[in-house]
Amino acid sequence: MSEELKSPEATAIIRRSLRKRYAREQRFRWYGRIAVASGFAFLVLLLADIFVKGAPAFSHQYLRLPVTFDSAVLGVDATRLAEQAHGADFAGIVRAGLREHFPDVGGREEKKQLYRLVSLSAEYQLRDMLLADPQLLDSTVDVWLPAHSEAAGYLKGQVTREVPQSERRVNDQQMAWLDVLAQQGRTDARFNWTFFTAGDSREPEMAGIKAALYGSFFTLLVTFCIAFPIGVLAAVYLQEFAPRNRLTDLIEININNLAAVPSIVFGLLGLAVFINFLEMPRSAPLVGGLVLALMTLPTIIITARAAIGAVSPSIREAALGVGASQLQTVFHHVVPVAMPGILTGSIIGMAQALGETAPLLMIGMVAFIMETPAGVTEPATVLPVQIFLWADSPERGFTEKTSAAIIVLLGFLMAMNALAIYLRRRFERK
Amino acid sequence: MRVDALMQDSDTQAAADRAAQRAPAPAGQPARVTIGQAHEAIPGQDEVGEGTVGAPFVDRAKMSARQVNVYYGEKQAIVDVSLDIAENEVIAMIGPSGCGKSTFLRSLNRMNEIIPYCRIDGSITLDGEDIYARGQDIVLLRARVGMVFQKPNPFPKSIYENVAYGPRIHGLAHSKAELDEIVEMSLRRAGLFEEVKDQLDKPGTGLSGGQQQRLCIARAIAVSPEVILMDEPCSALDPIATARIEELIDELRAKFTIVIVTHSMQQAARVSQRTAYFHLGKLIEVGGTKEIFTTPQHRLTENYITGRFG
Repeated sequence: MSEELKSPEATAIIRRSLRKRYAREQRFRWYGRIAVASGFAFLVLLLADIFVKGAPAFSHQYLRLPVTFDSAVLGVDATRLAEQAHGADFAGIVRAGLREHFPDVGGREEKKQLYRLVSLSAEYQLRDMLLADPQLLDSTVDVWLPAHSEAAGYLKGQVTREVPQSERRVNDQQMAWLDVLAQQGRTDARFNWTFFTAGDSREPEMAGIKAALYGSFFTLLVTFCIAFPIGVLAAVYLQEFAPRNRLTDLIEININNLAAVPSIVFGLLGLAVFINFLEMPRSAPLVGGLVLALMTLPTIIITARAAIGAVSPSIREAALGVGASQLQTVFHHVVPVAMPGILTGSIIGMAQALGETAPLLMIGMVAFIMETPAGVTEPATVLPVQIFLWADSPERGFTEKTSAAIIVLLGFLMAMNALAIYLRRRFERK
Repeated sequence: MRVDALMQDSDTQAAADRAAQRAPAPAGQPARVTIGQAHEAIPGQDEVGEGTVGAPFVDRAKMSARQVNVYYGEKQAIVDVSLDIAENEVIAMIGPSGCGKSTFLRSLNRMNEIIPYCRIDGSITLDGEDIYARGQDIVLLRARVGMVFQKPNPFPKSIYENVAYGPRIHGLAHSKAELDEIVEMSLRRAGLFEEVKDQLDKPGTGLSGGQQQRLCIARAIAVSPEVILMDEPCSALDPIATARIEELIDELRAKFTIVIVTHSMQQAARVSQRTAYFHLGKLIEVGGTKEIFTTPQHRLTENYITGRFG
């Protein structure tokens, strides 16, 4: 045995080692800070990119043009306006207005270019205007009409003259006309309500997020109504009532495995079972919700079981001790205490479902949907699929729509999380 | 000798004398009590020995345990314990840690069944009915045999809800007014009402440790049990709160039968009329509290109470 260590020596050894220990701790702290900072930087970069790209989509350019509701051009007469309005040539009066404002434009091709300054939706706007106020017939008014998305792109400064004419869809002539309108104070940027009130469209300036937003809402509603009760009850049963044997072990392993199954597999399952076998409607939020519920169930069951298992046994004992039955113990005491954890898990599952695209492609929710769905059985699309569709579109105007739709999706997600936090607080306070 | 006579007897020594007549024990040689016919005393065993010395049985028992064995998986926690608990008495269970006194206590209201690998044999009766018999309702049993735990464990609900929960699930109150009355009565009995009457809607978990434990006692007595089991109810409390609970136990004795497990011998001496000493899963000695602490018959009991181990 070595010589016995004297206390002062031991103190000296410890003192020498201290510096190293503290240095190690400092180093670890810095690693942590770097990790957090880089994660945060990526997040900021991502959000900044999306917001910069998406922000222009929330405003749209309008052109003020003189429009004459000429009954001859429209082909209507004042007495039968209501029935004739839908067949009337409102595009004709828009064109007439443009020709009137730029009288020296001649030639078929050049006129075509001129007409392309105004959105196709202008005619619907004018029709609604006339139907709302039939007195306008045969009078001339200055109307703010939405610009065509290419024209709007120039006015917003997204396309400039530096780009060779062959590579842009607004030619020099159109730019010149727009400049004239701008000088006359006939252009204006306004909040793009269309984006929130319209469904999808071939024309970027007419495309909106409403149909997809409703589709997502209905789909998640179905998902939540199915996955939450089934998931929580399954978790309660497995955790509190089921005997521990080989069968329940097998079930547990399978649930854990299901949580790791690629989502597109659930889509295939949905296609085979819900659509081909049960003959449910294609593209419907009902089927989408069912598929996403299957996908979300394992997440909810696993997190709910963990939350229930974490409830202090003393609460169970207390309830059993006053003679509560097992069911009463679980539902009066254990589940309420576990509720914040269960909600957190459910919201993670729901957030996953909200962002899911692949399984929905399999069941036909990738359709071009213009109408806002009014129920869970009507054809619909969802936000992530809409983003995918727009990202795939060649028009310049859809680029900003894509980012804007992502912003809406993130907003939806934040609203869901806020609701979850609110509910959690309420349960925790009790 | 009648049990109630024992209880009302102010002269404990006289009672002890009578108890001694029932189980005569020559000095230095522990008397062995034969339990039933199956249990035979074998002289010359090791220190722990077989059987129990003293007076484990009473004439009119509220609860009686006969040859109770409890196993946790392979491990046997309780060995052949036979004991009577008399009506309206406070019986204290003492013994070193891990001696099985808590396990025995929890087998009196089948609380051990929460643990999946726990197994029990022997018989325990409440008013002559076997509580482990098939068809015996566990909910009813736990309503009749209430429990107060080591750590105060109020529900994370209001004070009112804590007390009202039991009567409500058992349907003991027919109206809100009746329930209010039960809550107030129980809180008064637990000596807590004056302190909390203005904050019945505040969470029970916000009270001090001692108050929480009294709330748990109020919760237990709100369902009017016949027996109350207390598992080291004061171990998490300061001496003042402990004194308060001990006073309370003494008051509650008039109405309830109380079984208390405690690590404090002073506490056992203060609150109980009878004391049972457990050692390594065996019930070593039972007797009037005064005798146990003044003239223990078994050497292990003596060692424990004189502080030689434990």
